[in-house]
Amino acid sequence: MTATVPATTTAAALALGDDALVLSHRLGEWAGHAPALEEEVALANIALDLLGQARVLLSMAGDEDQLAYLREERDFRNLQLAEQPNGDFAHTIARQLYFSTYQHLLYAELAAGDGPFAPLAAKAVKEVAYHRDHAEQWTLRLGDGTDESHERMQRACDALWRFTGEMFQPVDGLDADWPGMADRWLESVTGVLGRSTLTVPEGPRTGAWSAGAGRQGLHTESFGRMLAEMQHLHRSHPGATW
Amino acid sequence: MATAAAQRTARTEPDGAPDTAGGTAEYQRAFDAAVAADERIEPRDWMPDAYRATLVRQIAQHAHSEIIGMQPEANWITRAPSLRRKAILMAKVQDEAGHGLYLYSAAETLGTGREELLDKLHSGRQKYSSIFNYPTLTWADVGAIGWLVDGAAITNQVPLCRCSYGPYARAMVRICKEESFHQRQGYELLLALSNGTPEQHAMAQDAVDRWWWPSLMMFGPPDDESQHSAQSMEWKIKRHSNDELRQRFVDICVPQAESLGLTLPDPDLKWNEERGQHDFGTIDWTEFWEVLKGNGPCNEQRITQRRRAHDEGAWVREAAAAHAAKHAGTAGGTGATRA
Repeated sequence: MTATVPATTTAAALALGDDALVLSHRLGEWAGHAPALEEEVALANIALDLLGQARVLLSMAGDEDQLAYLREERDFRNLQLAEQPNGDFAHTIARQLYFSTYQHLLYAELAAGDGPFAPLAAKAVKEVAYHRDHAEQWTLRLGDGTDESHERMQRACDALWRFTGEMFQPVDGLDADWPGMADRWLESVTGVLGRSTLTVPEGPRTGAWSAGAGRQGLHTESFGRMLAEMQHLHRSHPGATW
Repeated sequence: MATAAAQRTARTEPDGAPDTAGGTAEYQRAFDAAVAADERIEPRDWMPDAYRATLVRQIAQHAHSEIIGMQPEANWITRAPSLRRKAILMAKVQDEAGHGLYLYSAAETLGTGREELLDKLHSGRQKYSSIFNYPTLTWADVGAIGWLVDGAAITNQVPLCRCSYGPYARAMVRICKEESFHQRQGYELLLALSNGTPEQHAMAQDAVDRWWWPSLMMFGPPDDESQHSAQSMEWKIKRHSNDELRQRFVDICVPQAESLGLTLPDPDLKWNEERGQHDFGTIDWTEFWEVLKGNGPCNEQRITQRRRAHDEGAWVREAAAAHAAKHAGTAGGTGATRA
């Protein structure tokens, strides 16, 4: 099957699939630790949606388990944003706000087109609309909640800001209006932060190191440890089926 | 049905408890008649205080078990060996949180808030199933929990679908459907391991060896040592004794273990032709009581993690409450709000 798929499609499937796989894994780390039972359900739900997307996308590029469990850190193509550690609940929400807004815009474009990702995007865009709503609602509650939650939410938005530029580095094989998406993303996030009484972070959104780095297989340090945990059992039993 | 409807009217409290002893006796008779007729008791019906207290205790502890029970399985989410298994496990842990929510809602119909119940869990005043004080040491434990622990839970819970208290019975109908699904998935996970490499097979056998006896303990102490059993059966909260359900579970598991190609760790386990049931060895009740007292392998760890999640999440819940208060125009609700 892969023989008939253009190389750019395979590479793009890996980029999108890795984003979903890695963020899903991070959200899975919340299980049993969430601040309320309703959030146990919500975070697991979002993680499951993303894992479902990852499985479809990785299967477009090859064998899902081989790709998830047997690639090294340097071969993963996910955004650095997706791999950032959970931190406190505000960090997780800021990461979700930035990512789900981006993913929603991108999947809406892909769903409207007739490229190889249109069917996946058409299904996923509905899920991602929920994720985006969840993140926006929590940004509002935390930003416009108590003094403590406001400070934590602002810190989280600031800390993750420098990973947001990478999302709009064009990916070969994805037919999308990247500069237009970047503008709409900024407009949307600025609006949510404003309504949440939060300040739009200053500072650069990309650096010499982080501009498109994840997409090239250059990751942050916590990512290797995350993969070690994710892959160890699978790698300990070569060739086994589960 | 006319008499049932009349009884229902007679049982429904108009405004709190009846104010005379004669009134109470009349309500008690109507309650007893309803239980005897296998009718459902509903939240606004009069019920004996002890019935209410027993149900709060049982439903809350059931809810707590769902919540604490997320931990041993969540322990393997980040290490699940295939994406399919990972998705199944995540969905299961999510279902457990959902079951906890149904059950807290059912308990709340009896007049106790979720916060109060969680507080009792965190302070050790209410218990959860002792099974979750055992550690998940390998991936196969996820399968053993599905097959044996969920299997035992279903054996216990299916009769609760006919429990005399309506909200609990209805919660159990929903929960049992999902639990049966989890149980089949656990069985299928073990089957894959059992038919896999020699290392995988050994992993499955080791997990079954470690989870078998604790699963039998899930049915509670022997009938002659079970303090709540007789009254609960009279009230039709419980329908079968601990030992009856335990026997039923053993009889179900033996052929399943055979088709899994795994053995059960009990040299005394054998078919008894006369009884038409399996005989099995003696449970280590000392271990059971020790785990119940808090001295099991993971009691401390489980409750500490639960408390930490709750405590570390306090600022999030306070933020949500403050935000809701501000925007409902009822400022000053809970905690400090931003000016």
